[in-house]
Amino acid sequence: MKLLALLPLLWVASLGAAQPPALKAGVFDPPRQAPELTLQGSNGRELTMSAFRGKVVLLAFGFTSCADVCPTTLATFAEAHRQLGPAAARVQVVYITVDPERDDPDRMKKYLGGFDPTFIGGTGSPAQLAAVRKDYGISAEKKMFGSAYTYAHSSFTYLIDRSGRIRALMPYGHSPDDFVHDLKILLGE
Amino acid sequence: MRGASWVLVVVGAGVVGALAWVGFTPIHSASRDQIFEIPKGTWTRRMAGNKVEILPDHIRLTLGIRDILVLKNRDDVPQIFGPTLMMPGQSFRLPFEQAAEYQFACTAHASGQMTIVVEPHPQTPWARIRWRVRELIHHFS
Repeated sequence: MKLLALLPLLWVASLGAAQPPALKAGVFDPPRQAPELTLQGSNGRELTMSAFRGKVVLLAFGFTSCADVCPTTLATFAEAHRQLGPAAARVQVVYITVDPERDDPDRMKKYLGGFDPTFIGGTGSPAQLAAVRKDYGISAEKKMFGSAYTYAHSSFTYLIDRSGRIRALMPYGHSPDDFVHDLKILLGE
Repeated sequence: MRGASWVLVVVGAGVVGALAWVGFTPIHSASRDQIFEIPKGTWTRRMAGNKVEILPDHIRLTLGIRDILVLKNRDDVPQIFGPTLMMPGQSFRLPFEQAAEYQFACTAHASGQMTIVVEPHPQTPWARIRWRVRELIHHFS
């Protein structure tokens, strides 16, 4: 009889357990495996996605001469990283350039180091980077201004879980708090 | 004359009553999802030269009523859909929490951009009337 009385409680508890906490980012269902890539890392080593299994990866695309979107995104990552405290060691920011003409590994290291020394940049040949962009559905268009140029590029961030699956996409403009919220959920899985 | 006055009074009262109902009744929605779906065979139709428009370049959402953008790829091939690349059978669910205008790069549109306008929840009677009238026009257009 007591067991029968407990049944409604168990049912309510199971409802709660069935609902995973909602991410602030847009969620893919089912999530797909992040395509493998091989680029030159700003840390002087080969950059592959599989090397980060066990960590949650924030993956974004941009370029070091970007005037607004990239510095804002990277400053957001840096603040989220700081707020995470020790858990930040299990999060890896990977920033892949869309501008291989200017962004060599050294330049990327200096640029990213200004935000957080743990951030890793990725660069390569135009063909390598174009293939990576295709795999990840990233747009990048060169815009000429006289002899100078800039890039219009996808500004969102992929959230890749510890199993290497693309779980979510955070549009540009979200706060560090939103990233911390989602990173804690993914780190807790 | 007296009969005509009565009709006017009744019609007027009806209009005022309807406006009061439209303005003061809170808006509820069974689902907060605004769904866009790529149907099976879309890629084949595009390859055959047919123009297939699925996702408008301007989407309007309302906080608390319809504030979750859901994209579904039911086709057999990967597709760039809105801001992202989606695999066959995959869906993407993006919630919005702040009223604002959001711009996404979207190669599927001639402008190269997709704009999502997220409006605040209609709190005042006038805002509710405006929201319901717009929904009605959208429904019949």
